[in-house]
Amino acid sequence: MTQTHEAGSSRRPAPGTPAVLVLEDGRTFRGESFGAQGTTIAEIVFATGMTGYQETLTDPSYRGQIVVMTAPHIGNTGVNDEDFESRRVWVDGYVVRDPSRVRSSWRSNRSLDDLLTEQGVVGISAVDTRALTRHLRERGSMRAAISSEPQHVEGSLDALVALVNEAPSMEGSSFLDDVTTPEPYVVPAVGERRFTVAAVDLGIKGMTPRRLAERGIEVHVLPASSTIDDVLAVGADGKGPDGVFMSNGPGDPATADHVVGVLREVLERRIPYFGICLGNQMLGRALGRGTYKLKYGHRGINQPVQDRTTGKVEITSQNHGFAVDAPLDGTFETPYGDAHVTHVGLNDQVVEGVALVDGPAFSVQYHPEAAAGPHDAAYLFDRFVQLMTDHAPDHAKVTD
Amino acid sequence: MPKRTDISSILVIGSGPIVIGQACEFDYSGTQACRVLREEGIRVILVNSNPATIMTDPEFADATYVEPITPEFVEKVIAKERPDALLATLGGQTALNAAIALDKAGTLEKYGVELIGASVEAIEKGENREIFKRIVEGLPKEWGAEVARSVICHTMDECLAGVDQLGGYPVVVRPSFTMGGSGSGLAYDEEDLHRIAGSGLALSPTTEVLLEESILGWKEYELEVMRDTADNVVIVCSIENFDPVGVHTGDSITVAPALTLTDVEYQRLRDISLGVIREVGVDTGGCNIQFAVNPENGRIVVIEMNPRVSRSSALASKATGFPIAKIAAKVAIGYTLDEIPNDITRETPASFEPTLDYVVVKVPRFAFEKFPAADSTLTTHMKSVGEAMAIGRSFTEALQKALRSLERPGAEFDWSKEWVELDKASLLEEIRRPHDGRLKKVMDAIRAGATPDEIFEATSIDPWFVDQLALINEVATELIEAPELSPALLRRAKRHGFSDAQLGRIRGMSADVVRGVRHALGVRPVYKTVDTCAAEFEARTPYHYSSYDEETEVEPRETPAVLVLGSGPNRIGQGIEFDYSCVHAVQALSGVGYETVMVNCNPETVSTDYDTADRLYFEPLTLEDVLEVVHAEQQAGPVAGVIVQLGGQTPLGLAAGLEAAGVPIVGTQPSAIDLAEERGAFGQVLDAAGLVAPRSGMATTFEHARQIADEIGYPVLVRPSYVLGGRGMEIVYDEQTLEEYISRATEITPERPVLVDRFLDDAIEIDVDALFDGEELFLGGVMEHIEEAGVHSGDSACALPPITLGGLEVDRIREATEAIARGVGVRGLVNIQFALSSDILYVIEANPRASRTVPFVSKATATPLAKAAARIMLGESIADLRAEGLLPTGRDGGRLPDDAPIAVKEAVMPFNRFRTYEGTYVDTLLGPEMRSTGEVMGFDTTFGTAFAKSQAGAQNGLPTSGKVFVSVANRDKRHMIFPIKRLADLGFEILATSGTAVVLARNGVQATVIRKLHETPLPGQEPSTIVDKIREQDVDLIINTPHGISAGTNARMDGYEIRTAAVAEGIPCITTVQGLAAAVQGIEALLEQRVGVRSLQDWAARVTAS
Repeated sequence: MTQTHEAGSSRRPAPGTPAVLVLEDGRTFRGESFGAQGTTIAEIVFATGMTGYQETLTDPSYRGQIVVMTAPHIGNTGVNDEDFESRRVWVDGYVVRDPSRVRSSWRSNRSLDDLLTEQGVVGISAVDTRALTRHLRERGSMRAAISSEPQHVEGSLDALVALVNEAPSMEGSSFLDDVTTPEPYVVPAVGERRFTVAAVDLGIKGMTPRRLAERGIEVHVLPASSTIDDVLAVGADGKGPDGVFMSNGPGDPATADHVVGVLREVLERRIPYFGICLGNQMLGRALGRGTYKLKYGHRGINQPVQDRTTGKVEITSQNHGFAVDAPLDGTFETPYGDAHVTHVGLNDQVVEGVALVDGPAFSVQYHPEAAAGPHDAAYLFDRFVQLMTDHAPDHAKVTD
Repeated sequence: MPKRTDISSILVIGSGPIVIGQACEFDYSGTQACRVLREEGIRVILVNSNPATIMTDPEFADATYVEPITPEFVEKVIAKERPDALLATLGGQTALNAAIALDKAGTLEKYGVELIGASVEAIEKGENREIFKRIVEGLPKEWGAEVARSVICHTMDECLAGVDQLGGYPVVVRPSFTMGGSGSGLAYDEEDLHRIAGSGLALSPTTEVLLEESILGWKEYELEVMRDTADNVVIVCSIENFDPVGVHTGDSITVAPALTLTDVEYQRLRDISLGVIREVGVDTGGCNIQFAVNPENGRIVVIEMNPRVSRSSALASKATGFPIAKIAAKVAIGYTLDEIPNDITRETPASFEPTLDYVVVKVPRFAFEKFPAADSTLTTHMKSVGEAMAIGRSFTEALQKALRSLERPGAEFDWSKEWVELDKASLLEEIRRPHDGRLKKVMDAIRAGATPDEIFEATSIDPWFVDQLALINEVATELIEAPELSPALLRRAKRHGFSDAQLGRIRGMSADVVRGVRHALGVRPVYKTVDTCAAEFEARTPYHYSSYDEETEVEPRETPAVLVLGSGPNRIGQGIEFDYSCVHAVQALSGVGYETVMVNCNPETVSTDYDTADRLYFEPLTLEDVLEVVHAEQQAGPVAGVIVQLGGQTPLGLAAGLEAAGVPIVGTQPSAIDLAEERGAFGQVLDAAGLVAPRSGMATTFEHARQIADEIGYPVLVRPSYVLGGRGMEIVYDEQTLEEYISRATEITPERPVLVDRFLDDAIEIDVDALFDGEELFLGGVMEHIEEAGVHSGDSACALPPITLGGLEVDRIREATEAIARGVGVRGLVNIQFALSSDILYVIEANPRASRTVPFVSKATATPLAKAAARIMLGESIADLRAEGLLPTGRDGGRLPDDAPIAVKEAVMPFNRFRTYEGTYVDTLLGPEMRSTGEVMGFDTTFGTAFAKSQAGAQNGLPTSGKVFVSVANRDKRHMIFPIKRLADLGFEILATSGTAVVLARNGVQATVIRKLHETPLPGQEPSTIVDKIREQDVDLIINTPHGISAGTNARMDGYEIRTAAVAEGIPCITTVQGLAAAVQGIEALLEQRVGVRSLQDWAARVTAS
């Protein structure tokens, strides 16, 4: 039998160490400490996926955020070595209702509690996560603190609320330097190499290069600070990459001016471009559109998006607090030709994808690489391949 | 894509009578479909033989045919109505099979009817195992979808060879095209194989069984999938089985959402589901796909798919708030999912996947006590008769709520047993065998010190679930050991779902005291909302469940509310009929300005559709849970009262406790309920009215029972007090049997006395449903039983209007009913059973509540009794309701026009679902203990035609030619002669046992003598026994009345093998002479071809016109 039980040792005493959660508007919740002990202050958001907590925790886009899981039982399948989306846990705090005492999965080799403790992630359990979620839905995402330190837990919580109100807000925040790779690295193509792509890591998830590589793409992952020259240096014979990709990432897209500048250079050169999440907001900005903060964002793996080119609905994995401001209908002018909104979120009519009408650039706000989430949108990677095929210089054209 | 414009009328086929594996979930789905289609302006034509359904209420379709769901009858409906399309994916396997038969017979083509929802091709792809296997194997390899290795067999020789091919036993045997896993099982050796595969070959309409490798003990999952014409596909719900593979999902404890899969594994199941539904080609509607996952390595086996809405779809709809049947009906007429709004949020579309922030647990309810000979081992063959669902914010909370929702004594975990009584080794042995009650034994094993590994090794229950049980046990241990019940500990226990009663048992206090303490400490539940989206969007639909969490979501209101308490999980004796009355009450009261609040825990029902009442609380029907709902609603606004008389015995049993807690009960008061149930007081009511009951007594010891029986004379009817559905009831002919009964069947104490009644042989039994408002009586209907007294009224066929009673008798019955209703203090419905013997009208019993027959009577007389009852309970008079037109003026159900149609109700028995430990079927004899699961109605101008229809609808229609086998008890021989002679005249060949044949010969009827199983053949007699002939399907009708004197004794065993063989072969078998007489009239009607079809709307127009 391969199941593992952690009898005795890791069982948490009941009731556990007290912890508190306070919001900037003064609402407070008392619960039990989960993961590391200490105090954390960050923006608080809720995520509605019922599976995929390991992927969520290790998604760099969650940098700077305390994540509330709406699914009550978290940790049931423990943690394994394969489902990390990056090298570490990124969330700045974790709120769950019922953490699992054991882990049940043939792939698991340690518990979630251990992972969080080891990575110093402060969490809280046994709170009414639904009440909290409803509050955030009504009032919007806001700053919050979790603390299991006696000076905050005991007595009045006013001091902690005050601390939260002193913290910087998400708007205007940038975390790219934290999450991006310090050095470039290459993910080799699976099978024959058909294309070479420069992927700017704004907080890239591990599944994205894998999905690209599966399609014969050699992926050169570059730091967020890379210049257009760094991007153009990718590729055989100094001819530049066949395509450029920009990943998801944390923070306010309005702060990423450098990246937008690089993308504009890419668009000028008509190099095929594909962006995901922050990479979509980068394209929006490069095309001259603004971005804005959603009241409480989209974080879940059940979000319906309509592909306006086919009318088909895909169920998507989403994690974004900001969105591109663009007209849903018709086209809009850009320095690179007309552009249009290609994908729309059906729950609230938010822009979920933009593209140049005649140019080689498109992007989506959601996550076709899934992890966690459904694979409905995987076709977008094929669309990128098609784009590179159609716009390839002769030498890069596929011969088969 | 918008709605199709080329369809203006649709024929919807329902699922017929409630049987094991196909229950009121199809009324829920069918009702939704009919409602949606009518809203879309489509003319809806419905065929369903089950009168106890909401969908067959005349307002849900334009033409409602309560007719048998057989290809012959459905064709008659098609010929008459000429629908554009047929929707058969919402009526279970019954509707699907009917649709396939109509297609194969060319009927659909002949009348130009398009099958929508799923094409015949898709149905066959989904159900034909060989094709399905190819589909799964053709999916992309990286998804890892496999099917269990298998072989298709058409003969027993092929089966034997197949086992070798698969590498030996055990193997799973599955017959093709049967419902609810009927006829399937696990064969551990060749003997098992002969038994299971033998009957499987017989049961399968295509004489085909599948043998496959055993995947016993794997994790089992189900995904509910929905697809539209534009190929948009969503997963509505994932369901995980607590009991691993080997137990039918209908018999398993199931949990939503799946809790022990990582996203990677879940997405693989999702990818496979999408691939399968696309490949099978279910292009407009829902289906479900079952998976097994090997806990050792994650290998995935796709078990099967249902290309239609199923029992799991109903569960998934209730579990998520995503109404699968409703959406399926919309996509079937052309809408795409993104064009359909999500009812609950109203702003977001249905093209999404619900996400849950709670845990749903469904637990099955079994009825093995009704079939003492039946093997209680749970297999791939479904045996449960109902289910309860509970919602909690954690698994422990939901599980414990679900267990108490079962309303069975002993269903909850119980820590009162001493530790020393628990023997770990024997418990670990017992829990290897999946059976009803295993869960509690797992808990006992944990208490006895079994480790999680040991439990897993014995049961293969996922370690996560085992830990949750261990967690419950830890909390219980804390409760046992704590010096006092601190607020923190009390709150912790409530958060893990402990009931006040459970806490009381652990702490040695009454549940009332625990409640008092709890309220004093302010520990009360809050009510959360099922909203499909984990609070991401605002919910517009108040569909609530309780949880011991922080914030409640019950909205304040101004309008006075009426709470209707439902009937809980289906069981034999209390099922859809009671839900029907509850739904009617809600409809009636919403219509007159009340805010209606439904409380129930049965996921299969219409009452728990969030569209039914203004507010829905999905809660256990225990005093604790109901009091908390009442409290929450009283906080929200005025509460006019609580209705307890429509949901059967369940809410009635809560009446006294609710009243004691100060809750206003509307209608018949708890004191009156007691009066009717308390023998002495009820006797006084009868005396005052000059009515008689059969002589009786109440015994508290065996000696006492013996004295009473001597005094009133044998035979006597004995039963425990306070029962529904005749539980534990028997007819006893002598003292020895009485003694056996007392020692075997019941507990006898001064608190739990046994009732001993004079049994009236040969009496005509009569059932009455009536309304009483304190002044006036409205006789709803008088039903005459076809079987003699002694057969439980729920199992007896009956006719309305009564076929042999005259106006004078009906007047006597009306007077008696009124006297009893007045004497007891009824406000609302009352059901009274009478027996007419030697012209004396005996009162057998009176129930001051809605009865099982309310829907039947309402349909048969086109009078909404339950709606009227609800309004009477809230203070209106019968005169008011007559004036308004809700009740007819100038007549009632006892004074029907002379040409009123005859309605025959026939019971449907579940005998083919139960096997003894030896592997044979359980006996089919009818007795005072109710065992039927459902009913059908035959409706026509004469009794014979209506009876013939009822037989065709129930299971096996009556034959019109062929061989009749007769073997009757001596006391029945006289009554048998005339009907058998008539059958001979009608051209039937008569076969009989020697004794019966002699009697027939003396009366001029020639019969071929067939030997019984244990008789040696006479010279020249053909060697085959009657059982052989039945097995060879060489008999078309069997008449076998029991020779013995009491159930369970050997003399009755004589016909046992005949009757069980008949069940196995699906040959109609009549076990009473009254049934024989009715059958002869039915056969005459069939031969004269007088059997047509007519809609309820037509009949009603006719009744109202005359």
